[in-house]
Amino acid sequence: MNKFLVSNITRFVILVLVQVLILNNINFLGFVNPYLYVLFILLLPLNLTHYKVIFFSFLMGLTIDLFEDSGGINAAASVLIGFLRPSFLRFSFGISYEHQTVKFHQTPFAQRFTYISLLVVIHHLVLFSLEIFNLSYIILILKKTLFSSIFTILLILIVSGIFQQNKR
Amino acid sequence: MQQIVNFLIKYKNTLLFLFLFLLSVFFTIQSHSYHKSKFISSANFLTGGIYSWVNNIDMYFNLKEYNERLVDENKFLRENLAALSEKELDSVFLDTISYDAPYKFITAKVIANRYSRLDNFLLVNKGENDSVATDFGVITSRGIVGIVDETSNNYSRVISILNTNSAINVKLKKTNHFGTLKWNGKDPNIVQVEEIPRLAPVKKGDTIHTEGRSLIFPKGIPVGVVENYQLKNNQNYYDINVRLFNDMTNIGYVYLIKNNNQEEIKSLESNE
Repeated sequence: MNKFLVSNITRFVILVLVQVLILNNINFLGFVNPYLYVLFILLLPLNLTHYKVIFFSFLMGLTIDLFEDSGGINAAASVLIGFLRPSFLRFSFGISYEHQTVKFHQTPFAQRFTYISLLVVIHHLVLFSLEIFNLSYIILILKKTLFSSIFTILLILIVSGIFQQNKR
Repeated sequence: MQQIVNFLIKYKNTLLFLFLFLLSVFFTIQSHSYHKSKFISSANFLTGGIYSWVNNIDMYFNLKEYNERLVDENKFLRENLAALSEKELDSVFLDTISYDAPYKFITAKVIANRYSRLDNFLLVNKGENDSVATDFGVITSRGIVGIVDETSNNYSRVISILNTNSAINVKLKKTNHFGTLKWNGKDPNIVQVEEIPRLAPVKKGDTIHTEGRSLIFPKGIPVGVVENYQLKNNQNYYDINVRLFNDMTNIGYVYLIKNNNQEEIKSLESNE
């Protein structure tokens, strides 16, 4: 329990700082930013109780909103994927998730990729819809979702790959 | 009663989710309406402290450019000063009774700058302790930046002109036709001026500056030059694109402007 707490709090702080101090200033092509902090929600222990997942997701999103002056858009998107996480775990990893025998880094790449992409795309779609909050900008919403999702998924795969090597 | 408790226990995850989700959406809706986004703001000691700590390091990389800007501004002010002393000043009436100048300037440093979203805010490192309050204008030596929106003890949040909620009175420099400065969210260097009537002689390259009727900005703060304009069929107003003098992606130091007559004028207006 203690180890879980320490590693997750460290991950929380580092991801928040990396997100607000570095990644939010990338503005590739003027509008494309990766949202790496989603990794925190993806990597929460798989056997964590559902309401705790929802609550921690909300806390993460709200912290990012506090830094970004963006109202509650990150909180809303995060709490949604925190809520949907068990369903997507079941969908991506199948029956082995139900028996709680899955270790995130030992899953096949295809399953992990499905899980990450699904949550990231939904997170980004909600995030940008709420950020722009105007249906007449729907093309911009979809464009931002597409490009930022690609960027985020790549970055998440790279970062989780690096940490996987460290653990061996 | 038992059934209600059972219901709550059974659906506690969904209920928690719905509650937190609606709370976030409420914050979001607040943030999209002008002057109401009070709950979630980066003007507090934690986020402000972290931003200003990092900005202290970041600042060194821009020192050269900020120095050049300062020299440019000094040159401009010196030229004005020299031109002023050329004229005979003896006929100017100095009002010694009113103590305050109409405008007071406070210097500050931008510690967080955003320009990639539709509703952008800046964070500056002066707050209530430096007598900053809401509705102070924010400018640089080159031009207009935004309006102070919320303050804490040591930090203030500024609504950038790159915010779809912002609307500022501006006018053509050469005539007195006025319009409203807005932003369509596309290019951080280009803003839009609406409601300039078709009678106005608009040309490419004309200078736009602030109008001075609002209580926030003094008259004549530069904004930008006309990039292009069009007059749609059967419309009485131009749609003008204005290229800003300021580089909104790299602002650095700013001046916050306090209008000392603001309260007096406001109380007069509310008496009507």
